[in-house]
Amino acid sequence: MNATFYTRREWIALAVLAALILIVFPATMDVFRLNLVGKYLTYAFVAAGLVLCWGHGGILSLGQGIFFGLGGYCMAMFLKLEASSPENTAIQSTPGIPDFMDWNQVTELPFWWIPFKSFPFTLAAVVLVPVIFAYIIGAAMFKRRVGGVYFAIITQAIAAILTILIIGQQGYTGGVNGITDLRTLLGWDIRTDSAKFILYFVNAALLIVVLLLGQAVRVSKFGRLLIAMRDKEDRVRFSGYSVADFKIFIFCLAAAFSAIGGAMFTLQVGFMSPSFVGIVPSIEMVIFAAVGGRLSLFGAVYGALIVNWAKTSFSESFPELWLFAMGGLFIAVVMAFPNGLAGLFRSHVEPLLAKLTRKSPSPPAPDATPAEAVKLAAE
Amino acid sequence: MSDDTPRKSPIATRRQVLAGISALPFMGMLGGKVNAADYPTAEVNTTGLAVTDDKVTVGILHSVTGTMAISETGSVQAEKLAIKQINDMGGVLGRQIDFIQEDGASDWPTFAEKAKKLLVQDKVASVMGCWTSASRKAVLPVFEQYNGMLYYPTFYEGLEESPNVIYTGQEATQQIIAGIDWVAQNKGAKSFYLLGSDYIWPRTSNKIARKHIDKLGLEVVGEEYYPLGHTQFNSVINKIKLRKPDVIYAIIVGGSNVAFYKQLKAAGIDMTKEKPLLLTISVTEDEILGIGGENIVGAYACMKYFQSLPNDNNAEFVTAFKEMWGEEIVIGDVTQAAYLGPWLWKMAVEKAGSFDIDKVREASPGIEFTKAPEGYVRIHENHHLWSKTRVGHALDDGQYEVVFETEDLVEPDPFPEGYQ
Repeated sequence: MNATFYTRREWIALAVLAALILIVFPATMDVFRLNLVGKYLTYAFVAAGLVLCWGHGGILSLGQGIFFGLGGYCMAMFLKLEASSPENTAIQSTPGIPDFMDWNQVTELPFWWIPFKSFPFTLAAVVLVPVIFAYIIGAAMFKRRVGGVYFAIITQAIAAILTILIIGQQGYTGGVNGITDLRTLLGWDIRTDSAKFILYFVNAALLIVVLLLGQAVRVSKFGRLLIAMRDKEDRVRFSGYSVADFKIFIFCLAAAFSAIGGAMFTLQVGFMSPSFVGIVPSIEMVIFAAVGGRLSLFGAVYGALIVNWAKTSFSESFPELWLFAMGGLFIAVVMAFPNGLAGLFRSHVEPLLAKLTRKSPSPPAPDATPAEAVKLAAE
Repeated sequence: MSDDTPRKSPIATRRQVLAGISALPFMGMLGGKVNAADYPTAEVNTTGLAVTDDKVTVGILHSVTGTMAISETGSVQAEKLAIKQINDMGGVLGRQIDFIQEDGASDWPTFAEKAKKLLVQDKVASVMGCWTSASRKAVLPVFEQYNGMLYYPTFYEGLEESPNVIYTGQEATQQIIAGIDWVAQNKGAKSFYLLGSDYIWPRTSNKIARKHIDKLGLEVVGEEYYPLGHTQFNSVINKIKLRKPDVIYAIIVGGSNVAFYKQLKAAGIDMTKEKPLLLTISVTEDEILGIGGENIVGAYACMKYFQSLPNDNNAEFVTAFKEMWGEEIVIGDVTQAAYLGPWLWKMAVEKAGSFDIDKVREASPGIEFTKAPEGYVRIHENHHLWSKTRVGHALDDGQYEVVFETEDLVEPDPFPEGYQ
């Protein structure tokens, strides 16, 4: 790591975030709430991917649910096979295959399920399957210079297609129900409180790794190229860079982040269903990034936490009205602070902190210049 | 039934109490007032559930937002009515029932999250909830892990028998076999065209229907599935016209129904002529509200309850339901099944003399509910209900007229031999 990897302020922000999710939450919450927070944090992986891909690269993807879902499904397939041992499924007409296959008169494990009996293969597939899929989408779109709103619409359509495919092929995918009743990971019962506790920390640690990785991309030369591409794509192209390849790379990276989140989701929640693949969750994930601030990786984590926490607590308090409260929150965020919570923090809290510590306010972050804000608002 | 259904006044006069009790479907079982002091909390609640000396908390977990809200609202209303009536009678083991309502938001993971919250954090003594199979499958591991008790109201595909669920709706064989026998015997049906929405319940139901049709020596001339929310049925309607089946057997759910029945009518298939006859197991009075009575008049539906069911229990139930929720309301099969949940739980708790889940589970098989709106029901060893199957004929006012009911209760058989 070089000296400019993080500014001092950013190191403090990382320390605060790490302390919050690694110490404060586990110390103050019971396992049920902590498991919920763990679930919210899996969305933060997606939001962090979006910060790089959308906030920095200017590629708005409304289909991140595709990669979250694929990662989650890969993990779910492994866990389901483990849970479908011949002893556990003795009452079925064909013991030893997942229960939903038996209900749909499938009598043999489909060939593409078989590799998922291997844990190393599954771990590789969790990342590689979504990345390869993202590469295909990216290569098909960016090489043809499809971008902007057209790209957003196409990703959304792919999310819808994939949902329909999963639901339609229920004998092989579990259909609308998804893949449910997952029990053990290599013999370790993932449903117990202690397992949930451990998985929370695994998840939190992975998230911090992903955030550091994202920061490494941001401060690299590639990170600056990304911003250049976002703001003046033609100029970058005329300078001799292959814009399409950079875009494909960042899109694949965001897909990999999402997929890790999806796999951790499956482990912590205990099932996967097509309702995480479709259009609605994909747009929700963009909202997490927008609320947190699409230029800030830390903001993405806070965005995912705050929106989901609000969702849970509103719906617990007002089961019949909570959707209106959520809608109000989103409108308020977009109207009042378009750069999200991170923008709010920079413009209001940081000067205040600076005043308190009697130091001059830091210059605005290089990636949030006023000219950019205008451009983003215009898009 | 008198006009004085129970009010929520905490201090009721003697006359009100008597009048109130007379309106309740449970009078025969009342005997004497149960005193909470006879059942000390420490004895009736050994597992730390939300039970105090004067209160017991249960959960209601349905979608009140999202696409399923239209179907699940009736179940929420029925459960609240049952809880209110039980409370007006003195509650369960002398304790008033308090409920915590959570919204599943038509989203299966949310169901799982909320189920866990109800069991782990609120420690509810039972949960009335879920509607779709997907939501039940999502919460099932939660209920089994934390040992909760779920009362599940929907008719469904069977293939399940959890110690932590009481299934108050019909499983597939109960709903299907009697209906197919009836059209074969009374309408001379020889050929069937099977239709369904594409998910587990219609597919499993049609599988059972097909096996039974084969057993009767009759013919299936077509079988097709459409994604949930599908609205273009013209091509299948053309195929139906071409193959001329005697019966269209339709298991289409949700919003697709509106398009299907309107397009059927527009294509010139008049269901009142019964050529072909339409038999459905998925359209209750609730769905007809959306479809419009004039678009489905003449169709037959096979389920266990219709709002028009002519018996005293049902008359009382419909009156009480309308008094609580408004005159305009309609009551479908699942709504009635949801109403049974709190009553069956109360009876099991009283039989067990305890709120403990294990004791309630042990006490449940054999529980009889004589005052159910659908008539007498009994809980089977396999946690499903013995109930009658009925065929209703759709009228143009959105109601069904009951034209057939099985003589005896039909035994629930979630894992039917020879139908898998």
